[in-house]
Amino acid sequence: MITELGHFALILAFMVSLFQMVVPLVGAHRGNGAWMAVADPAATTQFLLTAFSFAALTWAFVTSDFSLNLVTANSHTDKPMLYKITGVWGNHEGSLLLWVLILTLFGACAAWFGSNLPPTLKARVLAVQSSVAAAFFAFILFTSNPFLRLAMPPMNGQDLNPLLQDPGLAFHPPFLYLGYVGLSMAFSFAVAALIEGRVDAAWGRWVRPWTLAAWVFLTIGIGLGSWWAYYELGWGGFWFWDPVENASLMPWLIAAALLHSAIVVEKREALKSWTILLAILAFGFSLIGTFIVRSGVLTSVHAFANDPERGVYILGILCFFMGGSLFLFALRAGAMEAKGVFSTVSRESGLVLNNLLLAVSTFVVFIGTIWPLVIEMFSDRTVSVGPPFFNMAFTPFALAMAVAMPLGGMLAWKRAKLDRAVMQLMPALILAVAVGLLVWAISTGKSALAPIGVALSVWLVAGSLLDLWSRTGRGAVAGRFARLWRLPRADWGKATAHAGVGLTMFGVATLTGYQLEDIRVANPGQSYQVGAYEVELLVVDQNVQGPNYISTMAHVAIRDRQGRQIALLHPEKRIYPVAGMPTTEAGIDSGWTRDVYLALGDPQPGGGWALRTWIKPFANWIWGGTIIMALGGLLSLSDRRYRVAAGAAKAPGIRANEMPAE
Amino acid sequence: MTARASFGRHAAAVMAALMLLVAVPPAMAVQPDEVLADPLLEERARDISAGLRCVVCRNESIDQSNAEIARDLRLLVRERLVAGDSDDDVIAYVVDRYGEYVLMRPTMTGGNILLWLAPLALILAGGGLSLAYIRRRSGAVAPAEAALSPEEEARLQAILKE
Repeated sequence: MITELGHFALILAFMVSLFQMVVPLVGAHRGNGAWMAVADPAATTQFLLTAFSFAALTWAFVTSDFSLNLVTANSHTDKPMLYKITGVWGNHEGSLLLWVLILTLFGACAAWFGSNLPPTLKARVLAVQSSVAAAFFAFILFTSNPFLRLAMPPMNGQDLNPLLQDPGLAFHPPFLYLGYVGLSMAFSFAVAALIEGRVDAAWGRWVRPWTLAAWVFLTIGIGLGSWWAYYELGWGGFWFWDPVENASLMPWLIAAALLHSAIVVEKREALKSWTILLAILAFGFSLIGTFIVRSGVLTSVHAFANDPERGVYILGILCFFMGGSLFLFALRAGAMEAKGVFSTVSRESGLVLNNLLLAVSTFVVFIGTIWPLVIEMFSDRTVSVGPPFFNMAFTPFALAMAVAMPLGGMLAWKRAKLDRAVMQLMPALILAVAVGLLVWAISTGKSALAPIGVALSVWLVAGSLLDLWSRTGRGAVAGRFARLWRLPRADWGKATAHAGVGLTMFGVATLTGYQLEDIRVANPGQSYQVGAYEVELLVVDQNVQGPNYISTMAHVAIRDRQGRQIALLHPEKRIYPVAGMPTTEAGIDSGWTRDVYLALGDPQPGGGWALRTWIKPFANWIWGGTIIMALGGLLSLSDRRYRVAAGAAKAPGIRANEMPAE
Repeated sequence: MTARASFGRHAAAVMAALMLLVAVPPAMAVQPDEVLADPLLEERARDISAGLRCVVCRNESIDQSNAEIARDLRLLVRERLVAGDSDDDVIAYVVDRYGEYVLMRPTMTGGNILLWLAPLALILAGGGLSLAYIRRRSGAVAPAEAALSPEEEARLQAILKE
């Protein structure tokens, strides 16, 4: 019964979305206030109906209602409760329902918190947002209905893919979706502005928090996914350049470009049409991401989500929204006249460089990702584009961004002096070069890339701190410290996020440059040396019963040079009998300066077990930096000017003076 | 054959298949017995393996893969190296048998040249456009302040007085 109500609510939400997509738009065109005003309650209703529908599906999973096809295919009574709930989105239908739930949530948020928007703009934004929702409601109801019943319910289900039964991956999709779908708000604002034919500083200020929020969620989602790959796939890689990973990286890069170019629109009224284009492209890449994951046209480790036919539908949605909005863009972009004037060396130019590097690197990743398809279409070759290509093509952009980031951030608006910025950053420069040379000196025979990466990460972190310090003006140190705490949150957010990039870069450079690996047959009771650590396989327990799996678990002692035990690790091999799938669980001792990473292999014919040991330097810094980047985004999001934007919106002439320096 | 006997045989086959699934343990990428005694040769083998795709896997190199065929290929690579082949010989040997699909780094031939040129072409084109834009902006004249409507002007005055 609850299932049927959920299904019915979903159909109703679809109807509401159709209504909300048309009526406010017509109202805004005709200047009919009442027609425009219906968008607010419609957006709220749409969200509540979808939320109810999602809750009904969750209920079916929690109670293991195997009369539902979806529950049977993706759940089992023995599964822990956490994974019964996360199983709701561990499949195609449920994850799409989560997608529209978040889409309608963003729409509702725009209705609830958008009281400072001009009524016509707000009505148009909500109508465009609802048109996206309508397309996805139709997709769910007509091709991927999660509420289909089985005529003959089985006694038990087929269990969720064991790889997905993991805390890291359980919450990875919701965050990614919050990011993907959050960019729909930027898209709706862009299309609404094109319909309106007007982009001003206020528009830049309204669109930026949504982009920032989406970017923060994407950052967390990508970080979680990478962390999961690190500890779950059994050999400690953190990024594979898999098509599905690229699918999340592309919107992230474009969103990063967008949130920077929106600053230029907000503060200087330049880069307007480019920012609109970025907002359209950002959501376009989100849809491409959804298409890649859901269709499986590009083979990847996310094979559990494949279905080519549904992919065609998403491709249709993608073509409709991208084609429509880009057509509108071509018609209207000429009207977006830029006002701000700036010299060649200025903050504006720095942000143009930022946008250039981010946008080009996005397209490089995009071309590499779809290249196997392209070449197959135009010739009879089948090629692979793997990590070696991406590493070579992407690394120069990453390095260039790292070099330019502190400098660009130091430049003044309108007109700046490059030598002044370099002088201010001199301590960071000296420190970075010194640390880079030191690292290079003590790591003989390795490539120069790791020391360069380390030097750039020092440059980024120290540069961010100096940037913050330089904003406190002149005078006594105590006074400057006091002013440091009164700086706008946006300044703190910028410094924090940029420093986070540096920390992640540090982890990536050291991990790829200096990890140690050991593969051997380990006999219980015999110890051996890996790097600075002594490893001893104590005993291997077979047939350890988990809630829904059987495990082979090793007990391994890790000791330091003095023979003191610093960790007891338990690498495992698990078999999930219902799904018939084996997984590996690494044993990891995490630390500030290194991870000791163990993976258990097979018993060997002559006795003993295959055991792989890695010492991975500064591995945690990769995800630590990711969290700090996200934190920087949140700090910036909490800046005062997004909360007091109402007054500014009504008086566009005076904004530039009261703005905190960025 | 009666229906019952057919069902029985069917069930047995399914059971056997299931047993097989459960009984085959996951291998662990590079196994200790594969590792070559010569560390230099082994390092070359690892580098080559990292650039060869496991053909039955989803975007995994044979160095990372647990599949049986990946293990066979890893052993093949090491055999060739021990026999004295250069790195390129080994790679050519594998490509001859499995096609260029196994190469993680696409060759710079034919249409692939476009792929390799893309980053440079994009940055040059984008850089040119950006420069032209910056030039235009730095040469532009700021629009007159009179762009404020009388109403906005009045509001501005009111705020300035506060």
